[in-house]
Amino acid sequence: MAEPLIRFEEVHFKYNAGTEREWAALQDITLEIYPGEFVAVLGHNGSGKSTLAKHCNALLIPSAGKVYVNGLDTSDETRVWEIRQQIGMVFQNPDNQLVATTVEEDVAFGPENLGIPSKEIQLRVDEALRAVGMEEYRLHSPHQLSGGQKQRVAIAGMISMRPQCIVLDEPTAMLDPVGRREVMETIHHLNKTENITIVHITHHMDEVIDADRVVIMAGGKIALQGTPKEVFSQIDLLRRLHLDVPQVTDLAHRLKRHGCSLPEGITKVDELVMHLCQ
Amino acid sequence: MALFKNITIGQYIPGNSVIHRLDPRTKILGAVLLIAMLFLVDSVWGYLLAGLAIFAVIYLSEIPIKVVLRGLRPLFVILLLTVSLHLFMTEGDPIFNVRFLNRITWQGLNRGVLMGVRLALLVMGTSLLTLTTSPINLTDGIESLLSPGKRIGVPAHELAMMMTIALRFIPTLLEEAEKIMKAQMARGADFQSGNLVQRAKSLIPLLVPLFVNAFRRADDLAVAMEARGYRGGEGRTKFKELHFRRADVFALIISFGFVVVISVLF
Repeated sequence: MAEPLIRFEEVHFKYNAGTEREWAALQDITLEIYPGEFVAVLGHNGSGKSTLAKHCNALLIPSAGKVYVNGLDTSDETRVWEIRQQIGMVFQNPDNQLVATTVEEDVAFGPENLGIPSKEIQLRVDEALRAVGMEEYRLHSPHQLSGGQKQRVAIAGMISMRPQCIVLDEPTAMLDPVGRREVMETIHHLNKTENITIVHITHHMDEVIDADRVVIMAGGKIALQGTPKEVFSQIDLLRRLHLDVPQVTDLAHRLKRHGCSLPEGITKVDELVMHLCQ
Repeated sequence: MALFKNITIGQYIPGNSVIHRLDPRTKILGAVLLIAMLFLVDSVWGYLLAGLAIFAVIYLSEIPIKVVLRGLRPLFVILLLTVSLHLFMTEGDPIFNVRFLNRITWQGLNRGVLMGVRLALLVMGTSLLTLTTSPINLTDGIESLLSPGKRIGVPAHELAMMMTIALRFIPTLLEEAEKIMKAQMARGADFQSGNLVQRAKSLIPLLVPLFVNAFRRADDLAVAMEARGYRGGEGRTKFKELHFRRADVFALIISFGFVVVISVLF
């Protein structure tokens, strides 16, 4: 396999280290993310998944261990801006990450920081808005947009910096179902057509089914990882971690317990129908 | 309760007139020149010509005169006060020879009217700037005009950034204020009755969560900006560069010439 894009090597992280409120958010994380992958990170509040995300672009530096982005050590302060250009980051609250008063100015914010000439920025803004399907809104101001549209603008703001990877920290948590679908479609589209690596952090089970790989976090550790199929076949372990499984998977599991001959880890309705009809 | 619906920031009226198309720096300098002129001029003829010039610009900007005059409304009390103070307080020849009315003098009338006109023209001229320039352009213009001051420590970029973020978040915060207000009203809070002190007090449960949230937003925004590679104004380029065109040169020469001639002659 190719070189990993992001590599976590035995990473530990403590908030408020050395004080009474010290709290180990990450413990012994070793994880590799490869170019072009769609990785979903799943876990409850406090499982360390947001902390993990912030390590990907040097917003947080490990207390112990190392994180490498394309071979660059994130604790090397001189390379921070290079790393941040390569790894884009979208946050939970769509309102609190848009800076400018119009959509196009906001998408241009990243490239402006990189010192890219004006003409080139124009091209990148057009391209990025097209990639997320927001061209018609270029002159709108952020408060005229829905939550899903704001998140798409935030994603466009990343694309315009031409990153290799976008890390999305619960981008759908504050959105309605329509907005969620918009965002999910957008990131899958980017992953497939632009070959941008996606690290999608979420607590919605149904958003991870289409990922290439699922990483389950619990108590600051990686509890389980593998393809959605592999992960969802471990229903008992997921239950113990108080995580839901998709409805279909649950149904298949129960049918199996009652004597139906079904394989483990069914994640899609069609799949179950197909097996039942055999 | 559509308290804050359809709020627009500033009073920008989009358009494509000659004045709209001018570089924001030209317009800002023009407004400064206008202010200087109005304070230098001190005769009826001077004001008449200055007024004429402002009306000519209004005509060119294709903005309805009504809209420009509407900007004078909040100024009404001040205008009234200025005129009447000058009317009564200036020494000179009385207009009427009746008791207390003999304080009103010809000189006072003269000064009062001129002062009133000066104030009105001042407001009309400067509001033309904000009526024809979008907030983004205005911010860019201010940043560009202040940037020579960077060497002596004028934080030009920071000021412009602050203005942009303020403009961006005013609607968001207003929306949030409305939401909190509704939530408090649903639980029986009363924002409308009582005297001034009581009403001010009833705003506290609105302002506390609003401020707390504003700080949280600021924190989030700072992280998001850092994640997008923001590190101050150094080495930053502009998406939309300002361009000084021939029209701007003309406009500046004309206004500068006009101001000099008028201030010297009148």
